[in-house]
Amino acid sequence: MNIHEYQAKELFRRYEIAAPAGQLIHSAVEVDQALEELGRFPVVLKAQVHAGGRGKAGGVRLASSVEEAEKIAAEMFGMTLVTRQTGKTGKRVNKILLEEGLDIDRELYLSILSDRATAKIVIVVSQAGGMDIEEVAAVSPEKIIKVAINPLVGLQPFHIRRLRFALGLDKTNANVFSSLVRGLYRLFTEKDCTMLEINPLVITADKRLIALDAKIDIDSSALYRQPDIMDWRDESEENPLEIMASRAGLNYINLGGNIGNMVNGAGLAMATMDLIKKAGAEPANFLDVGGGANAEMIEQGFRIIVSDPKVKGILINIFGGILRCDVLAEGVVAAARKTGITVPVVIRMEGTNVEEGRRILAGSGLNLITAENLADAADKIAKIAKA
Amino acid sequence: MSIFIDNNTRLLVQGITGREGSFHASQCRRYGTKVVAGVTPGKGGQDVDGVPVFNTVVEAASHTGANCTLIFVPPPFAADAIMEAADAGIPLIIAITEGVPALDMLKVKNSLKFTDSRLVGPNCPGIISPGKCKAGIMPGSIHLPGRIGVVSRSGTLTYEVVHQLTQEEIGQSTCIGIGGDPVIGTGFIDCLAAFENDPETDGVVMVGEIGGNDEEEAAAFVAKHMCKPVVGFVAGLTAPSGRRMGHAGAIVSGGSGTAAAKIDAMRQAGIHVCEDLGGFGNYCRTIFTGQT
Repeated sequence: MNIHEYQAKELFRRYEIAAPAGQLIHSAVEVDQALEELGRFPVVLKAQVHAGGRGKAGGVRLASSVEEAEKIAAEMFGMTLVTRQTGKTGKRVNKILLEEGLDIDRELYLSILSDRATAKIVIVVSQAGGMDIEEVAAVSPEKIIKVAINPLVGLQPFHIRRLRFALGLDKTNANVFSSLVRGLYRLFTEKDCTMLEINPLVITADKRLIALDAKIDIDSSALYRQPDIMDWRDESEENPLEIMASRAGLNYINLGGNIGNMVNGAGLAMATMDLIKKAGAEPANFLDVGGGANAEMIEQGFRIIVSDPKVKGILINIFGGILRCDVLAEGVVAAARKTGITVPVVIRMEGTNVEEGRRILAGSGLNLITAENLADAADKIAKIAKA
Repeated sequence: MSIFIDNNTRLLVQGITGREGSFHASQCRRYGTKVVAGVTPGKGGQDVDGVPVFNTVVEAASHTGANCTLIFVPPPFAADAIMEAADAGIPLIIAITEGVPALDMLKVKNSLKFTDSRLVGPNCPGIISPGKCKAGIMPGSIHLPGRIGVVSRSGTLTYEVVHQLTQEEIGQSTCIGIGGDPVIGTGFIDCLAAFENDPETDGVVMVGEIGGNDEEEAAAFVAKHMCKPVVGFVAGLTAPSGRRMGHAGAIVSGGSGTAAAKIDAMRQAGIHVCEDLGGFGNYCRTIFTGQT
């Protein structure tokens, strides 16, 4: 789960990690109050959306007076921010973080993540802060230093020393840096982070070490033990159909194409999307109804797909294991009766109780197109896409 | 032969009194697997369809000689269940549970290095050696005993692939789902090595998906160490960057973990990559039997 920068910085405060003084505002009328609280200029206005690359897209701007701050806030609220991570549709700005501007001496980079291959927690640092770290990694990989930590042993003093020397920090910052890294590691492990990134981590002209930016992702599987973070979920950042799906216990991602699809299992769902593309169409979505789906969930899934106005055909591909084909067929028939079939629906199913499932579909009197196998399904989808 | 499980497998089911645990324990037994014990803390002394239930894994193992465990324990308790099985010396641990927190798995994976246990999963369908033993949740009926090994990160996509193999009368020695999570026990390379060494496996089907670089590493292994033919498939060519596609491990991040890169690496390693799932069985027939 993504959280906002201001929420990540709230976590930083709880773990005594220095961040700039800041005020969150929800509308332009709150600017004056926030400026008064901060009590100095310049200030930085930062759009709070779940996407990186905000600076280049005009989502981070500096103001040196009340008038300027008011003007920028008025422009920023309600604007749609299009960054390299938002896609073409962009993200609407509903919240702005107003922060004190700092006199910066150096910009560094620090992140923590789990390495899936080695099962270690890795801290990554670089003296090339404030830039796109993936670009730094591609152009000058020697500027990136990684320290791997065994989670059973935890962070050790030598890890911190290696990081500090790699960043070229002298003795004056040693203690502050040490407690910063300890705090971040504790935050990462206690709050079930999958990724924590500070870019840049700055040294100010008066030699303070401050997390200027903050990006944190939380492990969705661990939210049951992070109730305070679960409350931070910002549904305005999500696609409405995706919210509807997650409430129904379905795994749905809107992709903007023209052929909707409903599949059981994530791997088969991705392979089905690829099949649609190969057939000359564009997948409208990813929808995994899971292994334990019941008739009601199938019905919900069907509703979500047909609510997408771009969809001009649907492919339902189910390999019945735990989810039986007769249960699927009942769910589809029930949904189709209630919502009506406005676009062609191709159904391909195989596996447990497939004969019974086919009998239910055939006996429904509904105009459902059955496919014999995947190759046949692909042909039928190709015809719909061309029509 | 087959790999990891066979006629000598004595299966324990952790979480046997739950809905999924009891259902799949009985399905495994129906297939012919020797299901010798179950574990549910606090329900020791009961039985599930005649299978004795114990409070602890140590107890279950010492009374029944169980040598493989299938775990259905809910996510908050799954890591504990895996470590309990390893501590009891169970050589093969198969974790079906989906949604185990990533940090729990980091600890589990590191702690297993101090034991002799092999972990498969979590978030996987399990293992089947057709005609001999089923330790998982896959539908047994789609499998056919034979000489092709299957290893996959997926569940139902594996069923699809196996179904097509069976329709082409290409039987399977063992089919393993290694799981869709970012941190898993046994990976592709362990399975490929076992299949290469198995005298009753003639070739391998490897099914990957987006996220991480396990497929790339497996491809390097195939190029260096394998003589048997390998057919590959990778799901997720159309998956967008930065989104988790159902499986916790299926995510393209920062341009790495794409299906295209995996397919490239596999082709360069001499793996026969099929990009058309609809014609997968047919493709396998031409590679494995030379018939068109």
